[in-house]
Amino acid sequence: MAITDAPKIITGRLDHPDSHTLDRYLATGGYEGLRKALTMTPEAVAHEVDTASLLGRGGAGFPAGRKWSMLRKNPVTYLVVNGDESEPATFKDHLLIERDPHQLIEGVMIAAYALQVSQVFIYLRGEFALGLERTQAALNDAYSHGAVGNDIFGSGFSVDVVVHPGAGAYICGEETALLESLEGKRGFPRIKPPFFPAAIGLYGEPTVVNNVETMSNLPWIVLNGGAAFAALGEGRSTGTRLFALAGHVNNPGVFEIEMVKTTFHDLVYAPVLGGGIPHGRELKAFIPGGVSAPWFGPDQIDIPLGQDEVADAGSMLGSGSVVVMDDHTCAVRASWRITKFFARESCGQCTPCREGSGWLEKIMERIETGHGREEDLDLLLDACDNISPGLAWPPQQTTICVLGPSIPSSIGSAIQMFRDEFLVHIKEGGCPFD
Amino acid sequence: MTDTAPPQPQPQPAAVTARRSNGASTATLAHLSRATATRARNLIALYPEPRSALIPLCHLAQEQEGWLTPGVMVDIAALLDITPAEVFGTATFYDMLHTEPVGTHVVSVCTNVACLLNGALELLEHAESTLGVNAGGTTADGVITLEEAECLADCDATPCVQVNHRYVGAQTPESFDALMADLRSGARSADIPSHGTLNRVERTTGLQADRGQIATERAAMADAQSERAAAAKQAGS
Repeated sequence: MAITDAPKIITGRLDHPDSHTLDRYLATGGYEGLRKALTMTPEAVAHEVDTASLLGRGGAGFPAGRKWSMLRKNPVTYLVVNGDESEPATFKDHLLIERDPHQLIEGVMIAAYALQVSQVFIYLRGEFALGLERTQAALNDAYSHGAVGNDIFGSGFSVDVVVHPGAGAYICGEETALLESLEGKRGFPRIKPPFFPAAIGLYGEPTVVNNVETMSNLPWIVLNGGAAFAALGEGRSTGTRLFALAGHVNNPGVFEIEMVKTTFHDLVYAPVLGGGIPHGRELKAFIPGGVSAPWFGPDQIDIPLGQDEVADAGSMLGSGSVVVMDDHTCAVRASWRITKFFARESCGQCTPCREGSGWLEKIMERIETGHGREEDLDLLLDACDNISPGLAWPPQQTTICVLGPSIPSSIGSAIQMFRDEFLVHIKEGGCPFD
Repeated sequence: MTDTAPPQPQPQPAAVTARRSNGASTATLAHLSRATATRARNLIALYPEPRSALIPLCHLAQEQEGWLTPGVMVDIAALLDITPAEVFGTATFYDMLHTEPVGTHVVSVCTNVACLLNGALELLEHAESTLGVNAGGTTADGVITLEEAECLADCDATPCVQVNHRYVGAQTPESFDALMADLRSGARSADIPSHGTLNRVERTTGLQADRGQIATERAAMADAQSERAAAAKQAGS
């Protein structure tokens, strides 16, 4: 496999230092997709997105068109954009929000028209101070330009968009927690059923929640047609997708890549992508789709970057973030840090997650710091099993949301792949990598 | 249900009446400045339910005070027609909302996995020893609060550091020391405002779409859609 010459659907503008301004946006075809959409019926716009079979880019990978069609039968009240990107090592939406906010706004307007909603909230992660400023400035300009607000481009269609800041909570990336947060409450996920946002969403009304990257694809899809998008990629994984590459690579960053046609090996080693592992070291393991995903080893490096391909191999493409660990990495420490993250971010509603995450973190910490016991490995897996019975993939859950069942991924992977390393920590009373 | 007489207006104390006026509250605010209160009311007007403005209002209050003092939480509650306990209850859920005083500069050092692999723990140790505080603490002069942060979504610039939620790029121990010196001397005050100031770009317009008109149009559209569907069904049968 090789890197394809697929078009840059959502990152094409980013080479310009002023990519976030209205002038640059208009000079590079900006708002033409919205103008075209407004000449079509809302159903026709939605049909193009269906044809594109655009999978949601937030992590769950649900088809955006199907999410919408659930609502087309009944009028939707609100569209909410999920810009609360907080999955560790995921930084693609950060790029789109800061560097091309008009593309996001145009996508949002196209979705609002297809869904016939009149109020949109763009929920942005609170820590994105510059992103909040850029998006608000872009929105102000879009209102002045006639692309948002009353009687958009003289079409008679009217929408208001509000940029809403979060305040620091990973769980608010979960869509029902995000809605609670948007209602001014603690970010507690709602139980599904019955609280599917499409049925009972913001203020109890039907609501569509879509991710920033998903929205950013819409201007291109409307301009070029859903079929052109679907012609890229393979199978269920159509189009291009942003992959955020981090960890032990020479050239970390966000890359727009045609789905399935490229492998993890290309992403990590190709000179125009990751550029290989620094200091001539070897690959030890990598996380294929955010820290909620089970790890892969060197044997799995040739798996293509496709949703089903990664799922079939026992993990997930998730949020599209890939973390590379070289052979000098302590697997126990990496897994402990990920567990600590979940323990900090558990919202505390469900006992298995709230208590389990804390226990797991303490046990991982004592192993890493040389105070572990041999029976700790079984204890870890037993505690994981209480959060996610059977430790299967995709995980079973005993909790309201999937945060809890995501905790066993890194622990299970680390024990399965690097059991000896755990035992060395325990027997030698310390971390062999110190 | 049995028929009942129409409800009679109940006399209410003046203070309660003021609180029920849905964001346009005339209640006297003892802690938020007039300018902050005006901005707060503009924000409240953007939402179908006033309480949705709670987090944005907490950010505004932190911009004024640096943190959420008990007094500003009482004022936010009055503006939103909820109790101060509800404001406190929401605020304590979120890492960025501080119900205890913090320094002028909140320095967040990420130690999550991508940064961990690239020296974040070593950077945090350096920060703790040179600043003389543990993560979570504030320097004696009240200038710097050091935080151990979760992933800040800038993983190609590791170890990642934010000051008052503004990215300052990958840091080495040496560059970190220089950054702290700049914060203390005020050399970065143009691009890094004091803690609490999150979004310096004000929204320039209120809501524009005519809510009543939209409701009418949507009803007409739903009718047209069902007519088309019925016609299609008839044509198909």
